[in-house]
Amino acid sequence: MSTAAPVEVEAPREVEDFEHDRPWIVIVWNDPINLMTYVTLVFQKLFGYSKAKATQLMLQVHNDGKAVVSSGTREKAEYDVARLHAHGLWATMRQD
Amino acid sequence: MFERGDGGAIELRLSRDERSLLAGLVEELRALLDGAPGDPSLRRLFPPAYDEEDDERAYRDLMGGELLDGRRTALRLVAETVDRDRLSVEEAETWLRALNDLRLALGTRLDVQEDTFAQELDQNDPRAPALAVYGYLSWLQEQLVAALSPG
Repeated sequence: MSTAAPVEVEAPREVEDFEHDRPWIVIVWNDPINLMTYVTLVFQKLFGYSKAKATQLMLQVHNDGKAVVSSGTREKAEYDVARLHAHGLWATMRQD
Repeated sequence: MFERGDGGAIELRLSRDERSLLAGLVEELRALLDGAPGDPSLRRLFPPAYDEEDDERAYRDLMGGELLDGRRTALRLVAETVDRDRLSVEEAETWLRALNDLRLALGTRLDVQEDTFAQELDQNDPRAPALAVYGYLSWLQEQLVAALSPG
C-alpha cells in the first residue's frame, strides 16, 4: 500500500454555478388593506409556521414594510409567491 | 357573523340584507373579472412577482390564468352558498379568500390607507356609503379568520 500526496481534484467553481446556487427569497410587502389577523393565518396555513412565528413575520411586514417569508430554489419561490398571490398578499421574489 | 359549530363546520349567521349585499358585491366583482380584467381596481388582485419585465411576463403567462380561475371559482362558490347556514371548513376558507378579494378591489377603488378609519367617517364624504360597506366586509372577514384560526 502506498499513500499519495493529496491531489487537488476539485475544479474551481464557476462564478455562474455560484450565481445559480444563490437562493431565491420571497418577500411580503405591507399594504393598508390585508388584515393583520388574516396575514398571520395565511402564513400559518401556507408555510406551516407556528402562530408565534407567523405573528412575528406579520408584525415585521406591518412595522418594517416587508419581511422575507420563505426562500429556496427559484421554482419553490415561484410556487410560494403564486400561493400568496392566490390569497391576495402582495408578494415578490428575487435572488438573494 | 361566523362561528365554529359542531364537527368543525362554520355557522353562517347573516341577515337577509347582509346576504343580499354580499351576493351583489360578488356579482359585481365577477362581472369585472370577466368583462374588464384590466380595470385599475383589480390591480391589487394581481400584483407582480418579479421586478424584471421578462421574468414577470413569463410568470404571468404561467400563473395568470390559474390565479384568475381560482378567484372566479371562489366567487362562484360564495354566490352558490350565500343563503346557507353552515359551511364546511373548506368552503369557509374559500369564502375567506373571496371576502379578501372583495376588500382588495373595493379598498383599491376607495384608495383606502392605513389611517382611513382612524377617524369617524365624515358623512359628507361621497365615499362614505362605500367605506361603510368596506368596514362591514373587514368586520366580517375578522370573524371568519377567528372562526378558522387554529388554537
